[in-house]
Amino acid sequence: MAGVLVLLSIGLITIYFRESSGGGLHQVQSAGATVLRPFEVAADRVSRPFRDAYGYFAGLIHAKSQNAQLRRDLDKWRQQATLNAFAASQNTELLKKLHFVNSRSFPRSYTYVGADIISQPPTAFEQQVVIAAGSASGIQKFDPVVTDEGLVGTVATVAHNTSLVALLVDDTTSVSAIDVKTRAPGIIKGGSTFDHVGKDLRVNKGDWLVTAGWKSNGLSSIYPPGIPIGQVTAEGQNEVDLYKHVQLQPFVNFKTLSSVLVLIPKKR
Amino acid sequence: MIADIAKGAGVLFVAAIVQVTLLSQIDVFHGAPDLVLVTLVSVALLRGTIFGAAAGFGAGLVVDTATLQTLGVTSLLLTIAGYWIGRYGETTGRDRTHAPFVSVAVVTVLYSFGALVLHYMLGDTASASRVLLNALPFELIFNLILTVPVYALCRRLFRPPPSGLEEVQLLG
Repeated sequence: MAGVLVLLSIGLITIYFRESSGGGLHQVQSAGATVLRPFEVAADRVSRPFRDAYGYFAGLIHAKSQNAQLRRDLDKWRQQATLNAFAASQNTELLKKLHFVNSRSFPRSYTYVGADIISQPPTAFEQQVVIAAGSASGIQKFDPVVTDEGLVGTVATVAHNTSLVALLVDDTTSVSAIDVKTRAPGIIKGGSTFDHVGKDLRVNKGDWLVTAGWKSNGLSSIYPPGIPIGQVTAEGQNEVDLYKHVQLQPFVNFKTLSSVLVLIPKKR
Repeated sequence: MIADIAKGAGVLFVAAIVQVTLLSQIDVFHGAPDLVLVTLVSVALLRGTIFGAAAGFGAGLVVDTATLQTLGVTSLLLTIAGYWIGRYGETTGRDRTHAPFVSVAVVTVLYSFGALVLHYMLGDTASASRVLLNALPFELIFNLILTVPVYALCRRLFRPPPSGLEEVQLLG
């Protein structure tokens, strides 16, 4: 009996692994996920007040020191916002004069679907979450996922009413990005390192990294340009390696993530 | 027997839903309690190999379906865990006070190793240090704490089967 179940499990793994995402087992799993969704949503709603209460009291511990820091930041960003507004108006004017044709831009060329996170894999292997929206809401595989803080990740698997989102901090996630100040390009891997940055390029501690959104020979990045990803925390290089060593801290706090926005291009 | 199957299915289904919606969000150095594993160990210890293996297979399917992970991975690991603990319960473990704690501790460690090997075989880029050094100690502690209420609940639900040897008191 147990031997049969072990063989059955191995058979399931093999078929699931080899078939396409539209295969029979995937369809069965999608139907199963649709059946389980109400239970997950119910459990999430029951626990939400308790988690909110915990979050409130946990937040109070650091509230005073954070308040002082945020006030300092506010003054700094207010000045920056004024400069940005001036630069944006100048940019619009110059683009008009040059008859410049823009590529797909974020967020104007995108609509979005908001969804709660309803479950997470119970192991430390995957940094992935399941959200309560799927193909029925227009979501497709590789759609970018964001919050107001920045990039969260990308849709990895789509079922009818649920989707699996691979987070930025998942080992499988790679995002092409650029340094906002120096325009140095590179690839963010696992949400912690900014790789493939040439030694001749400049990246400074504190610089912001945003999605690059490249386009080349008919291929294009799945992420639109300009989505904030994180801030550089450390930078260095040695004589042996070809590229710089750059560490970053994502803007999104993945521990407190409870809902996300899935970006859907207006024109697929 | 049918009542046992219904109770087992109910308990493990609830455990799976609570696990994927609530407990997986607890993150202490990447470690989180595994309610499904603890519940399965408790059920298998009380009901034996076949029940344990079947319960593990079913619970694994629910977890893999709810989290949209590769179908069969959790089933395989939980089937083996359920069978193995069921065997321990049938032979020596069932009536010993320390049995649930020893079982949970050993299965938690072996489950992590098994999952790591299986994920490597499937080509996932899992970090061994994160899974075994960071997550495992905290997961072990969480699971041992969970064992007390979960095993007590399962003992109430699944009364030990009659051994066939009843104690008799001789009169006169």
